[in-house]
Amino acid sequence: MCNSELRGFEERLPEFRARGVAIAAISVDSNEESRKLCQSQGYSFLFLSDPQAEVIRRYGVLHPGAGEGGRDIARPAEFLIDASGAVRWANLTEDIRVRARPQMVLSELDRL
Amino acid sequence: MKRSWNTPIWAGFAVTLLAVFSYIPFFIRFPITRDFPWANLLLFLIGGGLLAAGLHRAFRQPDRYRGKVTGVVFSVLALLLCGLFCWGNFVFSRRVPSASGAPHVGQQAPDFTLADASGKSVALSDLRKTNRAVLLIFYRGYW
Repeated sequence: MCNSELRGFEERLPEFRARGVAIAAISVDSNEESRKLCQSQGYSFLFLSDPQAEVIRRYGVLHPGAGEGGRDIARPAEFLIDASGAVRWANLTEDIRVRARPQMVLSELDRL
Repeated sequence: MKRSWNTPIWAGFAVTLLAVFSYIPFFIRFPITRDFPWANLLLFLIGGGLLAAGLHRAFRQPDRYRGKVTGVVFSVLALLLCGLFCWGNFVFSRRVPSASGAPHVGQQAPDFTLADASGKSVALSDLRKTNRAVLLIFYRGYW
């Protein structure tokens, strides 16, 4: 599911780059795991590791105990942040299956 | 007279299995079949229709068609599988905690520094300086 979402963003990455937008994917996965994922799936945007889920907690998107062995992980969520640091758009899904689509964010960017 | 095989029962059960096991490896790849699993529900309908046709034949013409026992067993299994699929997709997947503490639109996004895949530290404030905007995608991880 995550891969399905991330793959969609990878496919539209040139359009994000053309608009001057950086994409950063954040999870509790270690650098090592993220590196393997990028290699196997061909992702070229930024992957950030938050193994202690500190940033995930600070952004209010913690899913306590939902990971392997009851580990705290992130619930799916997307935030668009402008150059001044303000949140311009956020997508807080209520269903793990339903994720943001790149087109939603691109349309939002064109309105900025 | 030798009774013939009741093909719709077997076909119906095969389609039901396909309905259950095609979502994760296949239909999940495409947003249009991922966000609502209509393709899988359609397969369940086709499977159910075939099973119903097979059962109908088995009980209406028991001298010509086999499948009274297999038909019932497969139909019960198919119902259970369909129930499990619907529970997973419409109940379990919605057990997401609310993100009430998340920054709202217009609010300042908390700054942070995290290591990227190569171990290099990256700060949100640095990304903001070199880009017009930054899209953060929080995902569950664990592949």
